[in-house]
Amino acid sequence: MTATAPAPAPSPGKTGGKADERLLRTSLLRKLLGRPELGAVVGALAVFVFFSFAADSFLRTASLSTVLYAASTIGIMAVPVALLMIGGEFDLSAGVLVTSSALTSSMVSYQLTANIWVGVLVSLLVTLAIGVFNGFLLTRAQLPSFIITLGTFLMLTGLNLGLTKLISGTVSTKSISDMEGFESARQVFASQITIGDVNFKITILWWLALVAVATWILLRTRAGNWIFAVGGNKDAARAVGVPVMKTKIGLYMGVAFAAWVSGQHLLFSFNEVQSGEGVGNELIYIIAAVIGGCLITGGYGSAIGSAFGAFIFGMTGKGIVYAEWDADWYKFFLGAMLLLATLLNHWVRKRAEATK
Amino acid sequence: MNGSEQAAEQNPQRDLQQDPRQGPQQDPQPAPEAGEPLVALDGVSKYYGNIRALEGVSLEVHAGEVTCVLGDNGAGKSTLIKIISGLHQHDAGTFSIEGDETRLSKPREALDRGIATVYQDLAVVPLMPVWRNFFLGSEPVKGVGPFKRLDVERMRETTRAELLRMGIDLRDVDQPIGTLSGGERQCVAIARAVYFGAKVLVLDEPTAALGVKQSGVVLKYVAAARDAGLGVVLITHNPHHAYLVGDRFILLKRGTMAGSHLKAEIGLDELTRQMAGGSELEELSHELERLGPA
Repeated sequence: MTATAPAPAPSPGKTGGKADERLLRTSLLRKLLGRPELGAVVGALAVFVFFSFAADSFLRTASLSTVLYAASTIGIMAVPVALLMIGGEFDLSAGVLVTSSALTSSMVSYQLTANIWVGVLVSLLVTLAIGVFNGFLLTRAQLPSFIITLGTFLMLTGLNLGLTKLISGTVSTKSISDMEGFESARQVFASQITIGDVNFKITILWWLALVAVATWILLRTRAGNWIFAVGGNKDAARAVGVPVMKTKIGLYMGVAFAAWVSGQHLLFSFNEVQSGEGVGNELIYIIAAVIGGCLITGGYGSAIGSAFGAFIFGMTGKGIVYAEWDADWYKFFLGAMLLLATLLNHWVRKRAEATK
Repeated sequence: MNGSEQAAEQNPQRDLQQDPRQGPQQDPQPAPEAGEPLVALDGVSKYYGNIRALEGVSLEVHAGEVTCVLGDNGAGKSTLIKIISGLHQHDAGTFSIEGDETRLSKPREALDRGIATVYQDLAVVPLMPVWRNFFLGSEPVKGVGPFKRLDVERMRETTRAELLRMGIDLRDVDQPIGTLSGGERQCVAIARAVYFGAKVLVLDEPTAALGVKQSGVVLKYVAAARDAGLGVVLITHNPHHAYLVGDRFILLKRGTMAGSHLKAEIGLDELTRQMAGGSELEELSHELERLGPA
């Protein structure tokens, strides 16, 4: 805290930084209750304890690494999707955009017989352009993002399959593992880090970095203030001079960037990409964000919450396997988790707002 | 230190000192009030397709005065406000700010020219804390390059101090602004406009949804802003509220001017009569009388 507080001339009486005497000292519990991610943290703890008892192998470090990996692949996308939701919009094309991004880098490199990095960079540009397209169409047409991105979702699904078949003759791309630059790209997007005798996937680092950056943007930058504002009350934001259009386009570009990271991970883990993949994942990202405390109508939420949401997904998905149950239960658990988390979030927010 | 930081710090002093000076500084016009109006509309019209929303409306806003725009629903009050605040552009007539003829293309431009608008129900973002709302759109930052960050400490302190200056003693600037009462929200929005150096404050029905006591609170801040040297445009359909603080009264009816008065020229009763429809009301009362015994 610096001493540069402006302290305007006629500041009567008790301005200083001291807390107001009418404000009873907020208990730590109450402060926690005011956080959007509380529901997800409680949920994650509950799921963790549950599977610790239900599955013997759940608590091993190797299992932890697997769970974290599963969580990270969802979490990387859930972060920008959460930001977008705070900004009041959806992106139904996020799932297939990941596949589009992977297909683009693979096919561009293969068809041009160029260094893999050429394809990777072209893919970044193409993916960002699709993000801009979504955002631009949304702000220009003034239609709900549900409709706009449903359109791009269908178009991309068709393009992924159609173009891949047209270019490669099959529904998957050719293996690119023997091409120049593959090893270095794999280091960046799909390598493993060994700590002790456990391997951790590098996506976990990408995930944590994205959560950190997104949290910083949301809470400590002007852009973050604008994201909350355009989601909370677009017209009020516009009236005080917030660049609503730029903010929304930026959010869609964030989703596109994460889709690019996920897509490259997909490509460099498996060398080839199935062009039909990704359909349905967009809902998983949205659910992770909602479990993480994002208000579906915008204006409220957090990036850290989305990380806990993704973590719940990872634990449930892998926990059911470790408990040796039928995998069909996965969906049931997620549905229940979504309802519980949303109800809890709703209740918490009402209390937090009422008790002030 | 960067530009926006300094500007924000100097603003409150600037408009307090400068605006009273503007009055006697120059008087090229024969107008009895002396001084150039901050905002002047002359014969302004606006059409939406084949709908005439506003026709031939003229008004003046002077520093340290309140110009009230009165009218019934659909009289064109909101169209007028949208033209002044840069949301819409006028189709005919002239719109000048401090003597320069202007055509505003977006709200940001109006803000930059010193016109701040406080809307009745969209003044604030309810779920955001008071301090984030206060600085929304003009957040002070510190640091350089990618590490530019909000000056949170200063934002909190300034919000608290500025609101106190306007007489609002907030318990906690971290509470969502939606938890404040309607009157308090209006006052925060007004305090914000004053802090950011607005010369003209446009208030859209600030008392419409409020009770008697809350309305009084808001009107007090309107008077405070006027006394600080701002020109105020007060849109309302309540002649009692308007007469309490107003210096000039513009009456709108079905998109046209039904009257323009200085406070000295008109009493509250006459204003209320004109506002309530005047002759139409008399006609209605006759009609109702005739219907009575029959």
